[in-house]
Amino acid sequence: MDELAATMTGFARTLRAAGVGADHERTRNLLKALDHLDVTDPGEVYWAGRLTLCATPDDLPRYDRCFAAYFGGLRAVSTRTATVSVTRHLATRDGDGETGDDDGTAAPATASRIEVLRHRDVARLSEAEREEVHRMLALLRGGRARRRSRRFEGSHRGVLDRRRTIREALRKGDVARLRHRRHTTRPRKVVLFVDVSGSMAPYAETLLRFAHALVRSEPRATRVYSVGTRLTPITAELRHRDPGTALNAVSKTVPDWSGGTRLGEELREFLTRSSARGEIAVIASDGWERGDPELLGTQMARLSRQAYRVIWVNPHKGYADYQPLTGGMRAALPYLDDLVAGHSLAAYEQLSERLAHA
Amino acid sequence: MDIESPAKLVELLDRQAYLADEGLATAAFLALRMGRPLFLEGEAGVGKTELAKTLAALLEAPLIRLQCYEGLDAAQALYDWDFARQLLHLKAAEAAGITDVGRLEGEIYDRRFLIARPLLKAIETQPSVLLVDEIDRADDEFEAFLLEVLSDFTISVPELGTIRAKTPPVVVVTSNRTREVHDALKRRCLYHWLEHPAFDREVAILLRRLPACTETLATQVARAAERLRQAGLVKPPGVAETLDWTEALLTLGARELDPGLAAATLGAALKYREDVATVMGNGLLGGLQGHG
Repeated sequence: MDELAATMTGFARTLRAAGVGADHERTRNLLKALDHLDVTDPGEVYWAGRLTLCATPDDLPRYDRCFAAYFGGLRAVSTRTATVSVTRHLATRDGDGETGDDDGTAAPATASRIEVLRHRDVARLSEAEREEVHRMLALLRGGRARRRSRRFEGSHRGVLDRRRTIREALRKGDVARLRHRRHTTRPRKVVLFVDVSGSMAPYAETLLRFAHALVRSEPRATRVYSVGTRLTPITAELRHRDPGTALNAVSKTVPDWSGGTRLGEELREFLTRSSARGEIAVIASDGWERGDPELLGTQMARLSRQAYRVIWVNPHKGYADYQPLTGGMRAALPYLDDLVAGHSLAAYEQLSERLAHA
Repeated sequence: MDIESPAKLVELLDRQAYLADEGLATAAFLALRMGRPLFLEGEAGVGKTELAKTLAALLEAPLIRLQCYEGLDAAQALYDWDFARQLLHLKAAEAAGITDVGRLEGEIYDRRFLIARPLLKAIETQPSVLLVDEIDRADDEFEAFLLEVLSDFTISVPELGTIRAKTPPVVVVTSNRTREVHDALKRRCLYHWLEHPAFDREVAILLRRLPACTETLATQVARAAERLRQAGLVKPPGVAETLDWTEALLTLGARELDPGLAAATLGAALKYREDVATVMGNGLLGGLQGHG
């Protein structure tokens, strides 16, 4: 590798450390661009790099900093190794007397009991009641909203299928009948983020069971991640038919139960590695953000530009006096299409309904 | 045409009354030299589309425009068979007693029955400038599809074979960034983020574009535009709007920007009722001419 190539590869590495997606292909493009320019002119080198290595306006300030640091004689130091401290923050189950008496006898569910149960906060249920709610969650089959796909299928209605009509005319020597076609549809994808931090602990299991029901009903159109201090994909674990087995697998995979929440950083990671283009993004969290709310705001903005809908599920939303006051909630609010409750079976049924008709 | 450096391109664009800064000129220069699409992103009205038009004029090549919208599909963007003429041809053949299916098929899937839509037209026209306008309005599937065409500048028609560009067209892709465009597409392109022009440049653009405009008026309009862009409006005016506004003022015979005329012509700069209300309410037009 000649000196120029070595210098530029090093520069690209510095950019990657700063979070700009300057990959190898882009670096090659930079070198090709420099073939046409004057490499002794700092202005032309600056622009060649900016035009080939950057991909969003967010990259530009980082690019400027790296350029100054790298070509100003000072190498930018990678800041990616900062450690994330996990603060334990224990879940307190609300044992407020009214539901404390766990009789253990799973009384047969009657319609009226279920009706009452449907609207109760799952964090305040007895073990037996909770199990009943979970059984009903497992039965949830909400269906999924459909989106138009690019494929066509033959149909009696729809637009004229000229190609098929002509082909048939060729074969039969005349246009015997007109053929029609229309777009097929496919289920709208959902990406669900489940907050497993300490403050969400009373709801985590129920949420994961809800996630399980979603994955089971649309395995190819559902992705689930746990968020807390780490972004962890858990879709594969949730594919088990049995909810108990699935949840066990999840609990072994997720490394950060009951920690804090750094949703901003995790969303950034998600949006860098993956995307939610055209999907329904569902975030289940109480919005107790330990990271920078501003970062969360910018990531939510990115997410909302990509996603078809952004729905936030907040367990506390179920109470009449709820106001979105936590830092994270406030940062996210402008970018939400919906803020819904997530504390009771009824709330999950509604959410499921929403995903079916979004 | 020999364009040996970005500086030379600035000069050539200037002759077409387009004032480009170093960044944009380098971007366009590299796009021409490397045969890569230029991806221009920025707010509406900063001159993205105008650059494509100017490049076409400068290269004396036709501008082929593909305006994107939701639901845009291959039949609209690439090619379509001319159904009616194909049928007519079949009817004529039938009347002439031709029944050889193989021969008929060869005849009706001929290039002359193919309607070229913008992408195919751009590939077949040399030289040409292809403008893919507002890619962010198309569906994401369309991006994948565009990426395929832009990667090797070929289009394959199952009935005809592959159509290849002898020399690739100059491609300008624009986005208003209402949504993120896929990284794979951007990677194929040179990426340039266009800002609103700085004050001095905007004055220069107004004077260059509108010869009747006085320096006083240009300065005042540019100053007002700068202030409007900071007023937190729904749609801050871009250069396109300042040009329209100045033209409106000139039509009314203005040599200076006074509040009365400014209010009367504000519709040329602001396109939302709320924005007009904000500006009128804040008295933002009040002190316009004082600082010229």
